[in-house]
Amino acid sequence: MPAINLSKAAREPGQASRVFDLAEMSLRELNQALHDLAPGSNETAWEVLHPRGSHSVAVGVDQPVAIDVRGSVGYYCGGMNDGGTITVHGSAGPGVGENMMSGQIVVKGDASQYAGATGRGGLLVIEGNASSRCGISMKGIDIVVHGNIGHMSAFMAQSGNLVVLGDAGDALGDSIYEARLFVRGKVESLGADCIAKEMRPEHLELLQNLLDRAGVTGVKAAEFKRYGSARTLYNFNIDNADAY
Amino acid sequence: MTYRNPPTTPRKSATFDDYTLSEIRRAAATGIYDIRGAGAKRKLPHFDDLLFLGASISRYPLEGYRERCDTSVVLGSRYAKKPIELKIPITIAGMSFGSLSGPAKEALGRGATLSGTSTTTGDGGMTEEERGHSKTLVYQYLPSRYGMNPRDLRRADAIEVVVGQGAKPGGGGMLLGQKISDRVAEMRTLPKGIDQRSASRHPDWTGPDDLEIKILELREITDWEKPIYVKVGGARPYYDTALAVKSGADVVVVDGMQGGTAATQEVFIENVGQPTLACIRPAVQALQDLGMHRKVQLIVSGGIRNGADVAKALALGVDAVSIGTAALVALGDNDPRWEAEYNELGTTAGAYDDWHEGRDPAGITTQDPELMKRVDPIAAGRRLANYLKVMTLEAQTIARACGKNSLHNLEPEDLVALTIEAAAMAGVPLTGTNWIPGKNGF
Repeated sequence: MPAINLSKAAREPGQASRVFDLAEMSLRELNQALHDLAPGSNETAWEVLHPRGSHSVAVGVDQPVAIDVRGSVGYYCGGMNDGGTITVHGSAGPGVGENMMSGQIVVKGDASQYAGATGRGGLLVIEGNASSRCGISMKGIDIVVHGNIGHMSAFMAQSGNLVVLGDAGDALGDSIYEARLFVRGKVESLGADCIAKEMRPEHLELLQNLLDRAGVTGVKAAEFKRYGSARTLYNFNIDNADAY
Repeated sequence: MTYRNPPTTPRKSATFDDYTLSEIRRAAATGIYDIRGAGAKRKLPHFDDLLFLGASISRYPLEGYRERCDTSVVLGSRYAKKPIELKIPITIAGMSFGSLSGPAKEALGRGATLSGTSTTTGDGGMTEEERGHSKTLVYQYLPSRYGMNPRDLRRADAIEVVVGQGAKPGGGGMLLGQKISDRVAEMRTLPKGIDQRSASRHPDWTGPDDLEIKILELREITDWEKPIYVKVGGARPYYDTALAVKSGADVVVVDGMQGGTAATQEVFIENVGQPTLACIRPAVQALQDLGMHRKVQLIVSGGIRNGADVAKALALGVDAVSIGTAALVALGDNDPRWEAEYNELGTTAGAYDDWHEGRDPAGITTQDPELMKRVDPIAAGRRLANYLKVMTLEAQTIARACGKNSLHNLEPEDLVALTIEAAAMAGVPLTGTNWIPGKNGF
């Protein structure tokens, strides 16, 4: 069994991980084995080899296990994750961590479109860049992107925090509700009803906590600007029709 | 005596009729388009334009009440480990908690369960009322993903990926602030009292290739147990059905323009999408061309009102129908007993469609705690079950008359059409002729 890096997830010291080689076993076997875990199982360390861009790797995880995916994945890795700690040692295709409930997903490389879409909880960390529509319709998830994010990110974002250490593309936070956006770099443009907001002490504290949880060092919360909803589109008004 | 020229009778324009004039005045006064609930109200080619032939010398009938006429249907047999088995081919369509009151959702679950059929969640997540009172519950997977979570996904009996609905193919949802109670707001993760615009597109996929991957994800999360439906509005039924099959659907749901909505623009409801009757044959044809007819099941909805409509839809090749508006009427929607209150709202029983305003006198399309008390979920559920029973008996009556021992043995050859339009759409002969418009070069 190959040596693995023990992450900070709950893991018995010295315990070997359960290895799934997707070159030899099917995606179905992997996900079924993860779903078959009983609460309190001591099989808390998992390793997935040769994902080779497979879709739906480790979706629907509902136990506090740590899963190291050795390579890049396709669509929806960690979809609806509820308590798992998933680390992708590569890049992730569209919809990584979509609708996550709780737990943590770390992508060591880049992420494609819709990263963290509709996520309700937990923490999604993209150590590279994220493409368009990052955090679309987010509903409580925290997302930290070390690099840049693409256009239409946080579209209709309802709740949660999106932190971007780099730049944001066009139409950031279009039609945003109550989600908070923190961007350190340049914002190409803001979407409808999204405005720059004052960074108050409670926001600095919140942001610093997020940076710490995401393992970001050497970056200060004070370097970010905060964006959020102007709340002018919350109730339909014909005089705002041009904004829709 | 002076001679007067005979007066002409005042004539109103067919083009600028009273409704049209009132709408122009309303638009001029308010500057906003009209929003309402329900489906298309205009006159459309429909099941009324079809007739069954019945038995004759060459076709002998089955004895009513004595000889068996099967009504059961299995949905989801293509891939799902646990297909749904229903006693009747009439299901309850998706309607959201938020749009409907909690007691109304509970009544739908109770009525469906008494009848051995399924009910469906809507754009607002799954409530305990409907899960608890529904033996078979279809969980909608919608663009908004309000309330979506893996626990509910796993305790659903089937999953319906909603691409569109008949009232507004290409439109998102709209729930105005006045219906956003604390409970609705919490389920949707939004502040109380604000308008909720449900997205028109899914946030994390576009197109048939993505849909195939999305369906794979949903199957993997639920260990391939649940049937997966794909619901489309009546836009391009041939291609949408084919693409849903290609994407891995177990069941395709096609909703015609008479299908209702909680709220959208009047102009959208009346001018986008196709009538239910026009959608059926193309959808069936797509399944037949792919060799998947009866393997991937087809559910059709939009304006189904009675057992004759059910029998006609099944004869045209669908596996089951779904009802929404009719089910609400069975619960008590638009009941003349509330006429005085409808009048106060500027309308009349049978025409009330401002469901988005949350002031429904019948207590169904509201979140007002006092109004919703008017729905007794047990009694209303019983009425829905009664109505479903009548529809089923009516469909069986017709099927037996056509010599069929199963509703699903009804076939297009049992039908003729009263109008050329219906003949062309249904692909059955115009009554009194052997002419099917569009067939054999004519």
